[in-house]
Amino acid sequence: MMGLRSLRTIQTIQPRRSFATAAEPQKVAEKAKKKDKFTIGKDGTITVEFGVNPFRGHKLEPPPAVATTTKEELLNFFKQMTLWRRVEVAADNLYKAKQIRGFLHLYNGQEAIVAGYESVLNKDDHVITAYRCHANFMGRGGTPFEVISELTGKATGCASGKGGSMHMYKRDTNFHGGNGIVGAQVPIGAGAAFGLKYNGKPNVCIAMYGDGAANQGQNFEAFNMAALWKLPVIFVCENNKYGMGTSAERAAANTEYFTRGDAVPGLKIDAMNVLSVKSGFAFAKEWALTKGPILVEAETYRYMGHSMSDPGLAYRTRDEVAAIRAERDPIDKVKLYLLENQLATEEELKEHEKEIKRTVDEAVKKAADAPLPEAKELYTDIYTDMPYYVRHTNIEDSLVVEK
Amino acid sequence: MPSVIIDNIEAVPGLIQRLYTISERHLLDGILSSIDNSVMRTKRQLITIYKLVALISENLLCRQTVKRPPIKIQGQRRAFSITSPLNQELRPPTEKDEELSVDALGRPTKKTNLYTAINQAMDIALATDPKALLFGEDVAFGGVFRCSTGLREKHGADRVFNTPLCEQGIAGFAIGVAAQGHTAIAEIQFADYIFPAFDQIVNEAAKYRYRSGNQFDVGGLTFRAPYGAVGHGGLYHSQSPEAYFCHTPGLKVVVPRSPVQAKGLLLASIRDPNPVIFLEPKWLYRSSIEEVPIEDYEIPLGEAEVIRNGEHVTIVGWGAQLLVLEQAIQMAEEKLGITCELIDMKTLLPLDIDTVVKSVKKTGKLLISHEAPKTGGLAGEIACAVQERAFLHLEAPIKRVTGYDTPFPLVFERFYFPDALKNYEAIKELIEY
Repeated sequence: MMGLRSLRTIQTIQPRRSFATAAEPQKVAEKAKKKDKFTIGKDGTITVEFGVNPFRGHKLEPPPAVATTTKEELLNFFKQMTLWRRVEVAADNLYKAKQIRGFLHLYNGQEAIVAGYESVLNKDDHVITAYRCHANFMGRGGTPFEVISELTGKATGCASGKGGSMHMYKRDTNFHGGNGIVGAQVPIGAGAAFGLKYNGKPNVCIAMYGDGAANQGQNFEAFNMAALWKLPVIFVCENNKYGMGTSAERAAANTEYFTRGDAVPGLKIDAMNVLSVKSGFAFAKEWALTKGPILVEAETYRYMGHSMSDPGLAYRTRDEVAAIRAERDPIDKVKLYLLENQLATEEELKEHEKEIKRTVDEAVKKAADAPLPEAKELYTDIYTDMPYYVRHTNIEDSLVVEK
Repeated sequence: MPSVIIDNIEAVPGLIQRLYTISERHLLDGILSSIDNSVMRTKRQLITIYKLVALISENLLCRQTVKRPPIKIQGQRRAFSITSPLNQELRPPTEKDEELSVDALGRPTKKTNLYTAINQAMDIALATDPKALLFGEDVAFGGVFRCSTGLREKHGADRVFNTPLCEQGIAGFAIGVAAQGHTAIAEIQFADYIFPAFDQIVNEAAKYRYRSGNQFDVGGLTFRAPYGAVGHGGLYHSQSPEAYFCHTPGLKVVVPRSPVQAKGLLLASIRDPNPVIFLEPKWLYRSSIEEVPIEDYEIPLGEAEVIRNGEHVTIVGWGAQLLVLEQAIQMAEEKLGITCELIDMKTLLPLDIDTVVKSVKKTGKLLISHEAPKTGGLAGEIACAVQERAFLHLEAPIKRVTGYDTPFPLVFERFYFPDALKNYEAIKELIEY
């Protein structure tokens, strides 16, 4: 599906520098000089004033360029994001070792979005996203073992091995997956938000899509309904700059994605910094609960190719990717915050990294030993009352006649 | 409004002709309401009345000089404006209507047409299930075919509401609500408009349970859509899209043939824990009238019904096509001196092929008829499934009488339509084989 498409689209497009930071390294250096200001209160509360304003608004007044956090939270961000990246690295290796078949889309570089919104949401809030969903699943409480099991098609996977990379779900924390069709999850998110509002719940639904999906027609149908009925939904456009192999500028006449909700107010967030994501989503959740839908554009960057069949370098330069990694990596950013403000030592963080690597290695090992799904899983969960009904499959001859 | 009292149905065509020539639009209105109020309700009379109103509305559509009174439809669109008499308000019940009868099972019944039966089913669903919601284009005002008349007033504007005109969005929204545990009844105004929602239905609704390993499902979801020919609908208000959805494991597809069936099958569909596509024969909304049980009842999904017993040929159909087949059978039985077994499939996915096979083993001959085009139509699937299981019982090649492999035509509708004569001819060929 997606992978095939990307094969088609990666032609001999001239590498194009579309990312401002890559094109203008001096400006980046200047920006870097405008340092974020840390104030640590007596109770341990840390206030961060951003040197560069990470927010822009559309039909709304953006929140102040400030975030609050604690040492524990920063450390937790570091650990979460490192874990998620480690899982993606493991998945990458497993794919190359042919242990994962089918399609695989990795989240490397975009981790601050999930870490940021999860610090604001609770488990009664709902999340629905597209096919790049491993970190979102783990953010909702899923484990690396469940992810790796699902990727390798084992019965212990988070969808019993029936979904694979693109379809991770978690019922108890309202994670709706994991959707394979570009943009199809957006109206579903609006419907889920309607359910929350109808039942009087103090919760929101986050409906995520990419800059590529931003050009799908059904988004606008969903925006319109959400605005009309004031649904508590946060539409999140993860702008990672490339829809498969096509840069945002080549695909969209208007790349200011946060303005494209029309009547839905928008907020653009620098999503390479988990603290600005946290502040932005705190604002967005409050907005969605009191005023109705809001469209968040999370400006981010994807380090890997679109999927495993895309090396990710046919349409952008190695330098561009390297520059973003060096200047704006979300994990490094938190690391820097911790070290510069003497909230953690280099050794401590190394120890955490080692621990995380051990956890993921164990998960990979455990998943390798896990059983395959039973044969009957082919048939089950299609209908409730006819578990073994499949068109053109001769049930009489099959392994699993239980009726 | 001046009105004309009609006491002789035979006199009507001449009267219409006269009124038409003198452009007495208001008198035509009078005739329409008189027909509605008349008590002539035998099947033959109904057909006459139907043809009559079709004639009137066609004439009105053709005449630009005739001004239609405004119809209460917001957001009207598409090339076809709904000016058919199908769209008019139900006449107020008369004293005669209030007299209750009793059906074979001893249930109190009332004379009810198909759209009112659908209305009753949704009314019951909303009343018995606090999580049930009904939405779609213009449903709050009753919908273009009046199926949801009065339901907003009765169950509240938060449960029965209008959506924008965006089928893909409606379907996605419905799936999201259903995934929250709601019973979602989504109306797609015409089955022809369901195609923008095709991806949502096929890729999201049908696979929700499977791909999440049964963590999530949208079992509470029912899509209702009027399908099929209506005499003058043209390309985009006449199609029968059932075969597309029958190609999708995870969905159920249901088509009722009459008011009694519509009420029972719709209630069963709404309460079925799987997503259901419920296709309503719009031809029959007003013209099909039966004694319908007043109470809450369900007709099981996945079971075909032998609605007429016979010896010489098995005839399979569903929805409005069964009326056509009844006519063909009548002709065949009169002229050929044979008896036919007529089967209503009712649920098209999953197919109850057992019932068909059992009958074919008795008769040795099979005819399948549907309005949709022949190639890729469901008749092919049924024919194949039957020959797999009853090959040596077949005494003639299986016949398919269907629409042609063309877009649904406007002026050639009568030509396209798999009518009683075409079916009669096919029966004759089967018998003489």
